[in-house]
Amino acid sequence: MSMADQAAEKKAFRLSMLIYDTRYRSITIQVIALIALALVGAWLVSNTLSNLEALDKELGFGFLSEPSSYDINQRLIEYDSRSSHGRAALVGILNTLLVAFMGCVLATIIGVTAGVARLSKNWIIARLMTVYVEMFRNVPILLWIVLVMAVVIETLPVPRSFKGENATSSMILGDSVAITNRGIYFPKPIYLEGSMIVFAAFILSLVGIWVFGRWAKKRQARTGDILPTGWIKLAIFVVPTLLVFFIMGRPITLEYPVFKGFNFQGGYQMRNSLIALWLALSFYTGAFIAEAVRAGIQAISKGQSEAAAALGLRPKRIMNLVILPQALRVIIPPLISQYLNLTKNSSLAIVVGYMDITATLGGITLNQTGREMESLLLLMAMYLSISITVSIAMNWYNESIKMRER
Amino acid sequence: MSDQSYVRTEMLGEKPPPSSQVGVVKWVMENLFSSIPNAIMTIVSVWVVYYILSGILPWAFQSSWNATSLHGCRAYIAETYGEGVEGACWSVINERWKQLLFGFYPKELYWRPVVTLALMFVAISPVLFTSVPRKVMLFSVIYPFLAFWLLWGGSIWLPIVAFLGLVIAYLAIVYLPALVGSLGATIGAGVLPILFWIVIAGPIIDGLNGIAPIGIEGVDSDQMGGFMISIIIGVSGIALSLPIGILLALGRQSPLFIVKTICVGFIEFIRGVPLITLLFVASVLLNYFLPPGTNFDLILRVIIMVTFFAAAYMAEVIRGGLAALPKGQYEAADALGLDYWKATRLIIMPQALKISIPNIVSNFIGLFKDTTLVSIIGLLDPMGLARAIPADQNWNGIVWEIYVFIALLFWIFTFSMSRYSMYLERKLATGH
Repeated sequence: MSMADQAAEKKAFRLSMLIYDTRYRSITIQVIALIALALVGAWLVSNTLSNLEALDKELGFGFLSEPSSYDINQRLIEYDSRSSHGRAALVGILNTLLVAFMGCVLATIIGVTAGVARLSKNWIIARLMTVYVEMFRNVPILLWIVLVMAVVIETLPVPRSFKGENATSSMILGDSVAITNRGIYFPKPIYLEGSMIVFAAFILSLVGIWVFGRWAKKRQARTGDILPTGWIKLAIFVVPTLLVFFIMGRPITLEYPVFKGFNFQGGYQMRNSLIALWLALSFYTGAFIAEAVRAGIQAISKGQSEAAAALGLRPKRIMNLVILPQALRVIIPPLISQYLNLTKNSSLAIVVGYMDITATLGGITLNQTGREMESLLLLMAMYLSISITVSIAMNWYNESIKMRER
Repeated sequence: MSDQSYVRTEMLGEKPPPSSQVGVVKWVMENLFSSIPNAIMTIVSVWVVYYILSGILPWAFQSSWNATSLHGCRAYIAETYGEGVEGACWSVINERWKQLLFGFYPKELYWRPVVTLALMFVAISPVLFTSVPRKVMLFSVIYPFLAFWLLWGGSIWLPIVAFLGLVIAYLAIVYLPALVGSLGATIGAGVLPILFWIVIAGPIIDGLNGIAPIGIEGVDSDQMGGFMISIIIGVSGIALSLPIGILLALGRQSPLFIVKTICVGFIEFIRGVPLITLLFVASVLLNYFLPPGTNFDLILRVIIMVTFFAAAYMAEVIRGGLAALPKGQYEAADALGLDYWKATRLIIMPQALKISIPNIVSNFIGLFKDTTLVSIIGLLDPMGLARAIPADQNWNGIVWEIYVFIALLFWIFTFSMSRYSMYLERKLATGH
């Protein structure tokens, strides 16, 4: 195209080209879309403002520093009813993260076990796992949460039954853990002087495991010898820390829960609501993960395991070195979305009274202060940032295990 | 030749295979006890199955069906099966199943939701079965308005006039291109019905009601509940989210930066927050966003938010379908000289939607299960009723029976749908 042509084109620009010329039409459409979006946004904002004015409300996040005057029974950080609403929200978000983390771990264990077992040659195991998966997948999670809560309350012993001479229930693990229908009571570690050194030893041994793992891998690549890495890693994990622990004169002791009055005192309490939510979320999500795992393993063609067998690998090594690394690439993306689903489903904590972020910020704080707009926006922002963080982290991980193609 | 008597002249009969190689024994050896760990797992699982069933079955079957209260149940079970037997009190289901299905819908009008449900299958049949005549599609278009009228009752003119809006949109698409071009027609098809509904529809309905007040008994939203409400919210959420989801998916794939950003932002925002927060928005916040004085019914507000929610997920499903189409299809459509909308409507979407149907079904299953969340904002869906029924003095203390019943109904619905989607997947996997 010569300069003269371009000049002619510029001169020949007509208004109708905004619609009929594909070069300009895309701009036209985008401008229209932007204007429409701005109009809708302005309409919503102006409606909101006039509605708020009519109700004599002002927007603002000042309420977060006002005292909350409600109690939260399950918490990871210090909190009482004189703490602020902001602190309550912080307790809530930590609780959400706690149950989401515990849930993801347990759901992965359950899901991977069930997914592998579903492919087992053992007929009854495979059928049993199919029943588990279909049962949990096809019933709403809300129902499972409520149902598990009912199971916890109705079937576990009441704290009273641990009391007195003729107690009908007893604590387990050397009188340290009590499982009751109000929750599980377990010992609380108390850190005395010198405990930091034990921690340091522990962290150093973790570093040691990592270094050893790399060294063993390199050695295997060089010489072909295979070390019993599992046992050695376990030894590095346990022995130094225990040695330091005893040398320092046992600086970490436990505070055991003891039955006093009507209930257990001391130690940590994991409340029944947390247990029910945790188990329900894990089993529900586990069923979905099991399906993802099964699909992932089935996606690896039989030729792969046959080729590995022909190379003389043993079944366990075939699984670890050939099948799993390939299956993981198929499994990870659905696994990520299941983790995100679990985190979002943890917002249903409200039905069993577990005080997560939805129950604190979106529940009691919202009702007490009447700040619907701010509370809900903040609540959504919290979940959104959790979701985005998790998906960025997991996508990064996914990228790192992706097949390196030529 | 006759002296060669060692040559056999007839065949020996077949011997049966060793007993360990046939029938039940072989099957058991191979599938249950092929190795020692396998045998241990078999025994453990048999024990687990026995343990669970021995707990549940006596409870489920040593039960009472006809008592009028929990107390009556316990008395009946103690009398029939002996003292100390824990049995299920199915009487509460026997007494309340209609409520669990229909909520507080007037008893003499139960036929209306039932007919609506039956007609729903007619309306979706063209999607499900290819052998159904295409003209049924017309009924599918009318159906939402008919369903609304049957469920909520009231004047017949409201749904009819609302339907006219769709007719206007259709006419705009058919006749406007000749006048203002295809882009103008598309915009017209979007804007004209909305103008019609906002400005003209109200007076017309009032006028027609004045002239010919035809209608059936109206039912308030707060009388609705039970599984009916789950189905209403689930089905309308999916049906309404389909067009929005298609547009979002196309927008997300579009090369237009601003359109794409808007679509991605919407989809990721909705997918990043839990449904319950959107339902909170529906229950406390939505009225703030609308002009002062508007007051929607809670079910309608919930349907709006659920539609947004479902649309974001639907968009992702359809995006998967679009991505699965071979590039040749897009290029062939371009080569034929079709413009974007024609190519999308005639070539891309029919194939992409076909690929996505199984995922749309599983999306629907998920949404249907998620409708239970509306109990948290106070609608009386099955879960809401499960909390309301034990508040009745007679059934105070009921825990399991209602949950088991609800779980069973949900299970039947969703399991059959998931089997259907698997069947569909096999049927649609035409291969090349």
